[in-house]
Amino acid sequence: MAKIGVFICHCGENISATVDCAKVAEVVGKYDGVAISLDYKYMCSDPGQNLIKKAIVEKGLTGVVVASCSPRMHEPTFRKACAEAGLNPYMCEMANLREHCSWVHEKGEATTQKAIDLVRTIVEKVKHNQSLDAIKVPVTKTALVIGGGIAGIQASLDIANSGHKVILIEKDPSIGGHMSQLSETFPTLDCSQCILTPRMVEVAQHPNITLYTYAELESIDGFIGNFKVKIRKKAKSIDEKICTGCGLCTTKCPNKKNPSEFNEGLGNRTAIYVPFPQAVPNKPVIDKALCTYYTKGKCKICEKFCPAHAIRFDQEDEIIEVPVGAIVLATGFAVKKTDFFPEYGYGRHPDIITGLQFERLASASGPTLGEIRRPSDGKIPETIVFVACAGSRDEAKGIPYCSKICCMYTAKHAMLYQHKVHGGKSYVFYMDIRAGGKMYDEFVRRAIEEDGVNYIRGRVSRVYEKNGKLIVKGADTLLGAMPVEIEADMVVLATAGVANEGAEELAQKLHVSYDPYHFFAEAHPKLKPVETNTAGIFLAGACQAPRDIPESVAMASGAAAKVAGLFSQDELTREPLIAVVNRQAPPVFSSCVGCFLCMSACPYHAIEKEEIKNRQGEVLKTVAKVNPGLCQGCGTCVAFCRTKSIDIQGYTHEEVYSEVMALLND
Amino acid sequence: MSSDPHQYVISGLGGEVFENTEVKVSHCYQCGKCSAGCPLSEEMDYPPSMIMRMLQTGNPELEEKVLRSFSIWVCLTCEMCYARCPMSIDIPKMMDFLREKAIEEKKANPKAKQIISFHKSFLDSVKYTGKMYEIGFYADYKTRTLKILDDMLLVPPMIKRGKLSIIPELIKDRSGIASIFRKTIKKNKT
Amino acid sequence: MTLGFYPGCSLKGSSREYAESVLAVVKAFNIQIQEIDDWNCCGATAAHSLNKELSLALPARVLSLAEKQGLKEIVVPCAACYARLSMTQHELLKNPELKTRIAEINNLEYNGTVSILNVIQMLDRYVTPNLESRVVKPFGHKVACYYGCYLVRPHEILNFDRVEEPLSMDTLMAKTGATPIDWAFKTECCGASLSISRTSSVGRLSGKIVGDASDRGAEAIIVACPMCQSNLDMRRKEINSYLGKRIDIPVLYITQAIGLAIGLDRKALGLQRHFVKVKV
Repeated sequence: MAKIGVFICHCGENISATVDCAKVAEVVGKYDGVAISLDYKYMCSDPGQNLIKKAIVEKGLTGVVVASCSPRMHEPTFRKACAEAGLNPYMCEMANLREHCSWVHEKGEATTQKAIDLVRTIVEKVKHNQSLDAIKVPVTKTALVIGGGIAGIQASLDIANSGHKVILIEKDPSIGGHMSQLSETFPTLDCSQCILTPRMVEVAQHPNITLYTYAELESIDGFIGNFKVKIRKKAKSIDEKICTGCGLCTTKCPNKKNPSEFNEGLGNRTAIYVPFPQAVPNKPVIDKALCTYYTKGKCKICEKFCPAHAIRFDQEDEIIEVPVGAIVLATGFAVKKTDFFPEYGYGRHPDIITGLQFERLASASGPTLGEIRRPSDGKIPETIVFVACAGSRDEAKGIPYCSKICCMYTAKHAMLYQHKVHGGKSYVFYMDIRAGGKMYDEFVRRAIEEDGVNYIRGRVSRVYEKNGKLIVKGADTLLGAMPVEIEADMVVLATAGVANEGAEELAQKLHVSYDPYHFFAEAHPKLKPVETNTAGIFLAGACQAPRDIPESVAMASGAAAKVAGLFSQDELTREPLIAVVNRQAPPVFSSCVGCFLCMSACPYHAIEKEEIKNRQGEVLKTVAKVNPGLCQGCGTCVAFCRTKSIDIQGYTHEEVYSEVMALLND
Repeated sequence: MSSDPHQYVISGLGGEVFENTEVKVSHCYQCGKCSAGCPLSEEMDYPPSMIMRMLQTGNPELEEKVLRSFSIWVCLTCEMCYARCPMSIDIPKMMDFLREKAIEEKKANPKAKQIISFHKSFLDSVKYTGKMYEIGFYADYKTRTLKILDDMLLVPPMIKRGKLSIIPELIKDRSGIASIFRKTIKKNKT
Repeated sequence: MTLGFYPGCSLKGSSREYAESVLAVVKAFNIQIQEIDDWNCCGATAAHSLNKELSLALPARVLSLAEKQGLKEIVVPCAACYARLSMTQHELLKNPELKTRIAEINNLEYNGTVSILNVIQMLDRYVTPNLESRVVKPFGHKVACYYGCYLVRPHEILNFDRVEEPLSMDTLMAKTGATPIDWAFKTECCGASLSISRTSSVGRLSGKIVGDASDRGAEAIIVACPMCQSNLDMRRKEINSYLGKRIDIPVLYITQAIGLAIGLDRKALGLQRHFVKVKV
C-alpha cells in the first residue's frame, strides 16, 4: 500500500498569491494513499527539506510529491533530500505549480482547482514509480582537442598541465592557426609570433600531448567519458621519423608558383612545403593536389635531393582509432574574401585586400618583410583606406551580426600603417567603433589622436580603379551624409568573420548544435558558454562566434577546466532515465517479437540484438536490448515499438497512463 | 486594425510610409551607403540617409521638411541605393510615396516645378494619346514652365533625323485609357 | 512561336533607330515577331512619381493585351519599360488584392503568364547561338558596354546578369569581334528622366560616364536603353561642356552594333539618326 507525502510550497508569494495552498494540501490529503499533506512557505529551504525528511522517517513514506516550481529548478534538491532520509530519489516527483499554474493564471477558484489537478496526477504517477539506481560509467581520461590555433593550443596545454593526456589534431601541416599569421596584436602591439611560438613549442614538447598535424576527425561514436574517435592522418608523403627538417626539398621543388595559404595568397609556396619558418612540426608535407609527381606522374626531384631519404610517395592516409573521454572543439573561423563584394569589384583589384592579407604585409615574416607595399606593383601606398564592417552587419549579404574583432584590428592596421609609412594618409570608414575591452577604447583613441588616422563615419558605397588609383566613394554621415571621394593607393576591407568551411558537417558529425551561420552553439548563452548541448563536448575560441585572442584563450582555459573537472572522477553517474526492453518468464522471455524497428529508429545506435539461449546453448529467441551506456532516453524506440515492449525508466507506460487517467477520472 | 501585437507601430509620416510601402524607417542604421552611392545626393537638400533619419525622429517639423524637400523630386529612382543597402530598404519605393504625398498635400518644393511639370505633361500626353507624343508633350511642358527657349535648338536636328513625329500615333482604345486615369490619378488634377 | 514586341514610346519617336535595328536584326535571324496591338505607354518615371496605381495600371494593360493576343513571351527593348513591366508583374503576382484592383481599373483580366525579356535576353536566346557564324564585318573596336540602371536594378525583381559590373553585353559584343573594355560606370545613372527638366544634372551624370569610357580608350559606347542613348548622344553638347573637352565617341544600340557586324545596311539600322556621327 502506497504511502505518499505531498508537500505544497508557497514559493514566497509566487504560488500562494494566486493558489490557495492550504486548500490544495487539504483536498489532496484526503486522497487514497496520501499519508501526509501539508503546505509551507519555502519548501526548498532547510526547514522545508527537513519537513520532508521527517515525514519520510516518521510516516514511512513510499513516495514524495513536492508541488512547487519547475523540476528544472529544484528536482535535484528534493531528490537529494529524499535520498538522505532513506527514500529512493526516483520515488520523488514534482508538480509544477509555479510556471504551469500560479504565474500564468489569475487568482481564483479555478486556479486552485488546476493546482489540485496537477498534484493529483503526480500523486497517481508516484504510486506507480519504481526505485531506480543511477548508472555509473567509467571515464577515459584522455581529451581530444580539434584545431591547433591559439584556442586549441591553450586548451591542450591547460588540460595536459592538469595531468591528463591530450590528443591535438590540426588539419593544416602546422599548428598556430590565424594567430601565427598576425603581425602585431591589439591593444599592446606586441608581436603575435613572439608570444605564440613558445606555446607552439610547448605543445610539441609536452609529454602529455600527442600532436597530429595534417589530420582530421573521421568519425565519432560513444558518449561522455567514453567516446571512440577515428582520426584521418592525411598522407604527408614524408617519413616524419627520418625527416630532419633540413628544408632542402622545399628549395629544390620546381613547382613554386602556388599561392601560399599562410600569406593569404600574397606570396607563393612550393608543392612540398613548410607553411612558415616557425611551423610546428617543422617538417614538410607534399600537397598532393599540386605536386607534379602526383598530378602528372613524374618529377620526384625532392626524393632525389633528400639527404635523409625521407620522401614516401606511396604513403597513404592512415586512420587511427582512439578512445577519449572529452572533446574540445577549437576549429576557429574564416574571413570572407574580397570576391564576396560586388560593389568593391568582386575581388578583381589586387590592391583591394582583406584585413588578414594586411596582417601578412605588416608582418616581418610576410611577403614584403613587413613593409607596407601594394600587391599590384610593390609601391608603398601614400593613401590607404580601411573599410570596417565589410560584409558584417549586412543583412542583404546574409551576415547580420557584428564580427566583433574588426574595429580593433582596423585601428591597429591604421596605426601600423602610420608607424611604417611616414607622411602616409590613412582613412577608416566605420559605422560604430566597438571597442569594449580592457585598454581597447584607449587604443582606438590613440590611433585617431596620436597617429592621425582619419575616421569617417559612413559605409563605402563603391570602390573602382582609375588611372592606377582606387576611387573610394563614401559619405560622411556626421556631416549630413556629405559625399566623400578618396583616391587611394590601397584599400583594406575588414571582411566579415564567418564559420569555417565544413563547420556544419563537423557539427553534424559530433551532434553539436550550430547557429544559422554555422557557428557552434553553446549550451547556454550566459551560464554555459563553453559547453555544448552534447555532454562531454566543449567549445573554445572563434568556432563559437567571432572572438579575439584574449577571449579565445579565456574560453580555452574555461573548456580545459571543464575537461579537468570531468576527468577528476573515475566514474560518471548518469540518470537512469533510459529505455529498457522488458523481460518475462520463460517460455516468453520478452514480449519483444524481434522486429528491430527500434534499432533503425534509434538515433544513438544504442539498441543491440540479444540472443536468449537455453542451457545447451541453443538460441531460443532474439530480442532487442538497450545499451545503457549509449541510450539517451529520448523515447523514439518506445514510440516505434509495436508490441509496447520498451519502456523509458521513470516514464513507463504505466506511470504516464496513471497520470493521464488521474486527470480524466476527475 | 490588425490584432498582431508585433505589428510595426510608428506614428506620423514614418508610419504612413510603412503602411504604403512596407519600408520600416527604423530599419535604417544610418550607415550612409545610400547617400554615398546616390548620383544625385550632392544636388539634394537632404541626402537619402538624412531623409531616413528625419523620418525616424517622428518629429512633425522634420517630416514637414521631408515633404517640402527638393530631394524627393531630384531622386531619379535609379535604384542604386536599394541595390547596395545593407538592410535592403526600398528607398525608391519610399520616394515614390513621398512624392505622391507631397503633391496631394500641395507641399511640393518650388524648385521642383520643372520636374513636376515634366511628369504632368508626360502623363497628359499619355492620357490623351495613350502614348508619349513627344512634340505635343514638349509644347505642353514648355507652356507649363515657360522655358520656351531651352532645348529649342535640338528640335530642328531631331526633325531632320526623323526623331520627332509631327502627327501623334493615337491609341485605339482612348476611352479605356481615359478611364484608367479617371480611376487612379483623378484626385490630383493634372 | 511568335515573339511579342513592346516598342514603347521612345522607339516610336526619338529613338526610332532602336526599333529599326531591333527589327532588322530579328528579321536577319528569321525570328517571328509581332507588335502588341494597341499598346500604351508604360507610364515611365512620371507615373510612379505621381500615382502608384496608375504606375501599375498602365504596364498591366500592356501585359493583359499581350496575354489576350496569345503571346507567351515579349521583348521589351527599352530598359525603362522592361523594368516597369517587370516590376508591375512582380507586384501584382505578389499581391492578389492589388491584382484584382488593377484588373478592375483596366477592365482587363491579368494572369501574369507572359514572360518579359529585355533585349539582351532576347538576343541571347535567339541570336547568340548563330551569331559568330553570321559575322561578316567584325566590330573591331574597343567598346564600353553601358548597362545603366533598369537592366539590372532592382536586381531582386529583374534578376538579370549581376548587379554590379554586369557582363552579358560584353560577352555578346565580344562575339561580334569587339573588344569590351573594363570600366567603372557600367551601371551608374545617366540622369534619365531629368534630361529635359534638369539638363544640368544630366550633363554632369552622363559626362562622368562618357568621360570614363573615353579615358579608357573606348571607341564606341554600346547601350540597350533609349534614355541612356539619347542622354549620351543628344546631350553631348552639355556633356562636353561639363568635361571641358570634345569627345566624339558614338553611342550605339547593341542591335546596331550586331547589325553592322552581320553586314546589315547602315541606314536600315538608323545610324544616320544619331547626333554624334557614327564613324565606326
